[in-house]
Amino acid sequence: MGLRLDVLSISKSYSGKAVLKDCSLSFDKAGVYVLMGQNGTGKSTFLRICSLLENPDSGEVNYLSGDNILIKDIGLRRRITLVLPKVGLFNTTVFNNAAYGMKIRGIKGRELKERIDSALNFVGLLHKKSQNALTLSSGEAQRLGIARALAIEPEILFLDEPTASVDEENTRIIEDIILNMKKERRSIIIITTHDGVQAGRLSDRLLLLDKGWIVER
Amino acid sequence: MLIEAFKKAFSLIFSLDPELLGIIFLSFKVSGAALLIASAIGLPLAAILGLKKIPAKGIFVSLMNTFMGLPPVVVGLFVYMMLSRSGSLGFMGLLYTPSAMIIAQTILALPIVVSLCHSAIISVDRNIRLASQTLGATPFQISVAVIKESRYGIMSGIIAALGRVMAEVGAILIVGGNIAGYTRVMTTTIALETDKGNFELAIALGIILLTVSLCINMFLHLFQKREVVQAGLWD
Repeated sequence: MGLRLDVLSISKSYSGKAVLKDCSLSFDKAGVYVLMGQNGTGKSTFLRICSLLENPDSGEVNYLSGDNILIKDIGLRRRITLVLPKVGLFNTTVFNNAAYGMKIRGIKGRELKERIDSALNFVGLLHKKSQNALTLSSGEAQRLGIARALAIEPEILFLDEPTASVDEENTRIIEDIILNMKKERRSIIIITTHDGVQAGRLSDRLLLLDKGWIVER
Repeated sequence: MLIEAFKKAFSLIFSLDPELLGIIFLSFKVSGAALLIASAIGLPLAAILGLKKIPAKGIFVSLMNTFMGLPPVVVGLFVYMMLSRSGSLGFMGLLYTPSAMIIAQTILALPIVVSLCHSAIISVDRNIRLASQTLGATPFQISVAVIKESRYGIMSGIIAALGRVMAEVGAILIVGGNIAGYTRVMTTTIALETDKGNFELAIALGIILLTVSLCINMFLHLFQKREVVQAGLWD
């Protein structure tokens, strides 16, 4: 049974300033959800709460399989992942970075190598796999972040502003990567962006975050 | 006279004089053992201080920073008092043995290892911690990822501690007693031979000590160069 995400009237404020107000949403079908909004409107906060990095002040984030609400344990956390705008690459090779998620799950040997090679190939970084990851450009770093997330085959993938600090060429490459994932329709992908044109290009469902409220377009 | 002394010093080095070799070997043994013990205690301590929320952490860290500059003679005096017959550890009979020297140097090395490793660990970009968390790491795996990321900083901390204990003379002179063939190391020999006006051996050891400290600093530089600190913030 596929994994679904239900967000029930969550609110969050930072030092008295309300960032999210009573937001409710359901993510239940494979495809690309794009959450659009100006900078500083709380998109990233929403994503961090959904990906269980932070708790909301009120409301609930529930992951469901069938009709069962799942416990938020490491088992569930390992079925979802979030790629941050600042990817946080480890000071080692591109390959080892991409392999991190699988290694901590105890996967090694040929399966590891094949899956990493295919993930790196998917984002066009296979030829750089032996290079130190800290030498990558910001666009390549973002692509590696996506490959690292894809390698663990998440059922729900969150991408927070994947093209925010990336040049035009890499933006195009990253959009292509997302469109390819969309075609495969294997998982729920939730992306934030402040770029309306990009949102239109990528989304199956377009959501707008404005003044703390989420509305569907 | 100086040139003559240098000539003799080099001939001592190149003839692999057994007395000289013994002294060098003991220096490395004592400082190496002290460094090993200090790292074995200091590294986990630094990791706990850097990664866990514990009470009075700030005070402990400041204390360790202060102890980085402990005067070796004071440490020597302290260890001497502990190990002397009337001291609380006197029954062990360790005074004037290499073990006493190792204890003194461990005390000198420990705050350096803890302070520098702690600062290496806390300077790791917070996005590293978040990345490993989002990729499904357990709390322990997250700690491992952060420590791994600070490895060059940790190495330079340990090497800095080695530099400190290798060059130190006050503490080991007091607790080791500078006994020929038993507790005599490079620095204490230099002090003694200079006093005696016997410069050849002192210079020979001085050259070796300088070479060692040059090597240590080259390693230090190498590690510091590889240490990449990324600044990271939310959004």
